[in-house]
Amino acid sequence: MIPAAFDYLRAHTTDEAFAHLQQHGAEARVLAGGQSLIPAMRFRLARPAVLVDINSLQDLGKLRIDGSVLAIGAIARDSDIERAAWIGERRWSLIHDVSRVVADPVVRQMGTIVGSLCHNDPAGDWTATALASRAIVVIRGKGGTRRVPIDDFLVDSFTTAVGDGEMALGAEFPVPDDRTAGSYQKVERKVGDFATAAAAVQVSLNADGTIRSAGVALSAAGPTAVRVDEAERLLAGQKPTTELIRAAAAAASKRSAPQADLRGSVDYKRHLAGVLVARGLHQALARLGVQA
Amino acid sequence: MKVHVKVNDVVYERDVEPRTLLAYFLREECRLTGTHIGCDTSSCGCCVVVVDGDRAVKSCTMFAAQADGHEILTVEGLAQGGKLHALQQGFWDQHGLQCGYCTPGMLLTAYALLKHEPNPSEADIREGLAGNLCRCTGYNNIVKAVQQATGALQPAGATK
Repeated sequence: MIPAAFDYLRAHTTDEAFAHLQQHGAEARVLAGGQSLIPAMRFRLARPAVLVDINSLQDLGKLRIDGSVLAIGAIARDSDIERAAWIGERRWSLIHDVSRVVADPVVRQMGTIVGSLCHNDPAGDWTATALASRAIVVIRGKGGTRRVPIDDFLVDSFTTAVGDGEMALGAEFPVPDDRTAGSYQKVERKVGDFATAAAAVQVSLNADGTIRSAGVALSAAGPTAVRVDEAERLLAGQKPTTELIRAAAAAASKRSAPQADLRGSVDYKRHLAGVLVARGLHQALARLGVQA
Repeated sequence: MKVHVKVNDVVYERDVEPRTLLAYFLREECRLTGTHIGCDTSSCGCCVVVVDGDRAVKSCTMFAAQADGHEILTVEGLAQGGKLHALQQGFWDQHGLQCGYCTPGMLLTAYALLKHEPNPSEADIREGLAGNLCRCTGYNNIVKAVQQATGALQPAGATK
């Protein structure tokens, strides 16, 4: 289908984009990669009266390790992550894994990380990854710029902390230390489909081999991606063992609250959530040289 | 709104509605019907074109307005001086198509892939084309076609 009519405004500076958004409020949407927004408009699930195109804003295209954070600008593409010089480092293995399974390789050349966070699809890959990574989203609003932890950012399906007239400028992922590894596990029917179930995990070890901290999150397991707090608590401070991983996986199944659809039943998806968390933990630990 | 889009080195100046999708702009405004529309919902990859030299984009999921001031390469722009592009020659020699509907998208996706990775492995090629559907070939000959274009496979393979 052809989308409903709208006015197209191409912004040439961030100030200009922000001014457009302030003027048009709830009527306006930001156009970044458009790989979720344009299909939604074509199905008439979204009918913005105004699109503010931010693709010309070069300063929002950055993808840079800035001291202790990886700063991802609002128009940095998924494919920029895949091609980043540091993507092969063990500490970035969660990001490495997810960057290869988001949508499909062509969509990744337009689609953006921050756009995916702002879209907040219940089955999104970046939202679960951002939870496990404890990322922060930088939002520009009337009162200035604020930094919102991802847990507070993901309000509900397709709803985030970005208010009318506001815009997300970027996201910040903490740089993991060198005793950190992660894994992204996704079951999909075909390349480009939404996840039937997916799990993002990241594990940091202490020098003595015990787990200092863990990030565990699920996608396609509720209205938004969810953090499995119980699994993170179980893992912290413990020596990694098969039993411990089994307990974390059980916590994930318990936390998962998926919807039945053509991809599977509720029981199947909850089972899968546990399996994927276990696989992810095993892989992350293996990457750290630990067999558990 | 007025847009100026350079397609295959020719500037097209047209007055379009902002909601005009690039695929429709190419086919109906530029009369370049080599860009096919398959699923029209960003799933099949038939409509892939290359934007600004190295980015493969599904043209059903980009507005013509976004292409204003940018350069688009479509399948019509691949051959130069009556000579097929190496990728096209690969598809010809390796029997990389049957019905041909997906071929323009395959070619342009592969074109962008080779811009970033001139010597891809077979796995790289299969992964790089994972967003493009073909219902005829089973993909093997498409992969061979791309391998031929990179020099990894000899054209003679097609004659057996």
